[in-house]
Amino acid sequence: MKLMGYKRANGTVGVRNHVLILSTIVCANHVAAGIEKQVPGSVSVTHQHGCAHVGADYEQVLRTLVGFAAHPNVYATLVVGLGCEEVEAEKVAEAARKAGQQNVAVIIIQKEGGTLKAIAKGAGYAREFMSQASQVAREEIRMEDIILATECGGSDACSGLSANPSLGYCSDKMVELGGTAILAETTELFGAEHLLADRAADETVRKRVYEVINRMEKKILDMGVDLRGAQPSPGNMEGGITTIEEKSLGCVYKGGESTLQEVIDYAYKPTKKGLVWMDTPGHDIEQLVGMVAGGAQVVIFTTGRGTPTGSPIAPVIKVATNTYTYENMIDNMDVNAGMIVTGDETIAEVGERLFTEMVEVMNGKLTKAEILGHHEFGINRIGPTV
Amino acid sequence: MLSYKAVMMSGRDNVATALEEIPAGGRVSVRKGEEQLGVEIKEHIPFGHKFAMEPIAAGTKVMKYGQVIGAASQDIEPGRHVHTHNVESLRGRGDKQ
Repeated sequence: MKLMGYKRANGTVGVRNHVLILSTIVCANHVAAGIEKQVPGSVSVTHQHGCAHVGADYEQVLRTLVGFAAHPNVYATLVVGLGCEEVEAEKVAEAARKAGQQNVAVIIIQKEGGTLKAIAKGAGYAREFMSQASQVAREEIRMEDIILATECGGSDACSGLSANPSLGYCSDKMVELGGTAILAETTELFGAEHLLADRAADETVRKRVYEVINRMEKKILDMGVDLRGAQPSPGNMEGGITTIEEKSLGCVYKGGESTLQEVIDYAYKPTKKGLVWMDTPGHDIEQLVGMVAGGAQVVIFTTGRGTPTGSPIAPVIKVATNTYTYENMIDNMDVNAGMIVTGDETIAEVGERLFTEMVEVMNGKLTKAEILGHHEFGINRIGPTV
Repeated sequence: MLSYKAVMMSGRDNVATALEEIPAGGRVSVRKGEEQLGVEIKEHIPFGHKFAMEPIAAGTKVMKYGQVIGAASQDIEPGRHVHTHNVESLRGRGDKQ
């Protein structure tokens, strides 16, 4: 099957052609949402950050926002700021231009003279971007230019039996075809890190696996708490997962059996093709945003308990680990891996189905999360608000 | 005799996962590597939950996927539910520092 997408001037390829209204600061959220309302089809990103960050935390927030602004799935970005914040709209716009986003405009609320004028001017920009975007046609693109983000959330005991091994099959196939797959969720690799380390491309990557795991575990140990309750969550436990080790051993299957090429920090772009691990928390939205900010154009998200979440700019394909959840949350589920549990389908059969679905979605088929307008967004903070 | 569905992920495991809800007194026959093992279920096991396939002494490692998923916090008889009430996680235990 041919892969059809949008070729960007900087050599990247997109599978969507969004006009993004990006708030850089919590104070600009209402205006960004107001512009989106005026221009149906555009998509806004709002969040609670953008001011009073320091050091690496500031850099991470900035890097994440720029990752969205210059994402290959985004045709144009309208950056909306207040005017006095630390994460300046102009700075985000400039970094996005440098990263290859050719279509950027900026609205500063204080400069425009308030909410209504900012919305009116912003809507004008968005209208023009929508018109331009609608004239860009899909062309044939290569799998080598695609980054697949893998994720599991609301896991149950079936995650490690059905959906995650199928996603691993799909991820391995991606890698064989020259593409890239990101595995994430550092906390959800506690107890399974040795399996990943054994597949490291070299000694540096192998050491890095343990460094990143130990760094995250030390944070928890320093807090003097038992991880249980947060990891696994109450829903995970109700679904039969007893410990974080058990959850991790099911989780790691998402990465298939490919060689681990590199370990990258949150919201950074992979520099290698093949299987890459990004250091993110287990929090579904924060990790999803980190991988998308790192350039992932498509996401496959497995779930045992069922979750509705999506991304403002990347299609998110939901895979149910069991038939009950697939049927119970049919509004949100795209693929059922539950037939593996009943012995009616193999991991490879579901993996093939999943791969085909992924290609169709990249070619334009809408996911349930897209149809229903799920645009969840959250940045992983690594410092205090000052 | 009717056997409820369950699976052992590896020949190194000492627990099995129920692939359907199993009532107390239910019989289960599970494949472990080359062997076929049978066990009588001692208490209700919800779908997706684990039960012991052999006696697991307190402090012993609980194995699933051929890997360690924690340690038994009390003696567990074959056929008993294996979950948070009788298994301790060995990772991220800031409370044990």
